[in-house]
Amino acid sequence: MRSTSQISERDAPFQLRGNNFTVMVLKLVAPDDPSFFPQLLSKIRQAPNFFKNAPVVLDLEELDESAGPADFIDFVVTLRQHSLIPVGIQGGTTAQQNAAFEAGLTIMPTGRPSREPEREFQRPAPGRAPTDPLPPRTPSPIGEAPPAPDFQKTTMIITEPVRSGRQIYAARGDLIVMGPVSAGAELLADGNIHVYSSLRGRALAGISGDTNARIFCHSLEAELVSIAGLYRVSEDLDASVFKKQVHIYLDDGYLRMDPLS
Amino acid sequence: MAKVIVMTSGKGGVGKTTSSAAFATGLALRGFKTVVIDFDVGLRNLDLIMGCERRVVFDFVNVINGEAKLNQALIKDKRVENLFILPTSQTRDKDALTKEGVEKILDELKKDFDYILCDSPAGIEKGALMALYFADHAIIVTNPEVSSVRDSDRILGVLASKSRRAELNQEPVQEHLLLTRYDPERVERGDMLKVDDVLEILAIPLLGVVPESTAVLRASNIGMPVTLDEKSNANKAYTDAVARFLGETVEHRFMKPEKKGFLDRLLRRTA
Repeated sequence: MRSTSQISERDAPFQLRGNNFTVMVLKLVAPDDPSFFPQLLSKIRQAPNFFKNAPVVLDLEELDESAGPADFIDFVVTLRQHSLIPVGIQGGTTAQQNAAFEAGLTIMPTGRPSREPEREFQRPAPGRAPTDPLPPRTPSPIGEAPPAPDFQKTTMIITEPVRSGRQIYAARGDLIVMGPVSAGAELLADGNIHVYSSLRGRALAGISGDTNARIFCHSLEAELVSIAGLYRVSEDLDASVFKKQVHIYLDDGYLRMDPLS
Repeated sequence: MAKVIVMTSGKGGVGKTTSSAAFATGLALRGFKTVVIDFDVGLRNLDLIMGCERRVVFDFVNVINGEAKLNQALIKDKRVENLFILPTSQTRDKDALTKEGVEKILDELKKDFDYILCDSPAGIEKGALMALYFADHAIIVTNPEVSSVRDSDRILGVLASKSRRAELNQEPVQEHLLLTRYDPERVERGDMLKVDDVLEILAIPLLGVVPESTAVLRASNIGMPVTLDEKSNANKAYTDAVARFLGETVEHRFMKPEKKGFLDRLLRRTA
């Protein structure tokens, strides 16, 4: 989720703040399949507390134009009966988006073209049709100005050891640590985390939800590593990567740890 | 210019007070005018270890509160020239320490002494913070054991963020590691962390390794700094550490199990 913090109005009877929440995405593959809700229900029963009144965003990316829920309002009501609270949709055709909007859902910005036949995630310009402008992002309040924040230098560099009990947060950027990170220390970054020494504490990259964030370290002995909320504790670390130079990233929703060679 | 040294560890029971007494005595024996201050307000121990508990009239807190003059509270050691003890109060608590009060006393002591050694209480709360705040050097006392190492790491973080040198953005406090209660035989058996393991985690220079020694407990109980027990290995280790602190190159010892000779076994010489 991308949050746009607006100008704060100090005298107003309210405060507007940007914030980040982790929200589940329900990817719709065949919403009209009769087994859709029975299967969903059995999934929910595995962890009823986790799913109870959980906000979800419906992902329509994988759907064909004709395959959307026949009746969005009906679909939303049924989801609510299953204790899920749909708050918005992602992707979909204009018609689907309108229908969702009618059903009280918002359109979440995806940062990618709303409907492109080819699905090029991260690769920039080359794969895109020349006539296609930049992917629709959150509407820029400054009109036509270029998306400056993408080029803002926000990398934070720490040259000394990070001792137990210390917490370092690199907001809106990467965190580079050149000394060892002790057990009991915590590294947080909205972007990537690089540790050019032993990583014995916790490292949480992409904490605002950037699933492309990665963690690199010279010796993986971490208590916990996490990318965009997906985490693994040291007990579950594979012995093959322990004390190795490792690169950690998300691959199709899984936390992958590969040796750097 | 007088130097302020803090003996600290985070964890309790690792040998801060023993090391403070031994180290201060070692410095004094080398001819430096040294004072050792007990910052453990409410848990007065240093005077016992130094064997001067029966001579305590006024204490550190009295001086901070202006109830006594500094030289009324300072106790001169009877065995070693140049060695003084500033005992603490057993009846007050750590709130009796204030930055201003401590600073005033340290400034006064600096005029007279070469080294001011602050014996820190355990923890990372007020007492420990006051003990380390004005330090130029920090000796981190660590046992070869994971929880002690973790706490030492924490206190190193505190030194790097909350000392006066850190706050004023001056050159950082110089850190030294003193590994105490080291038992090479247990290290070989894998019961204890190796020196290298500890150094790898803490990444600060090693000042010395003090072997686990029966002489330490004996010395504590008779109120004699172990540096005065000429036969013990602990004494040698502290003497070496003092020499290294003063910039001399002394090879590290007591890191490997001693080869017990026939005579040793026969006499069962204590460490």
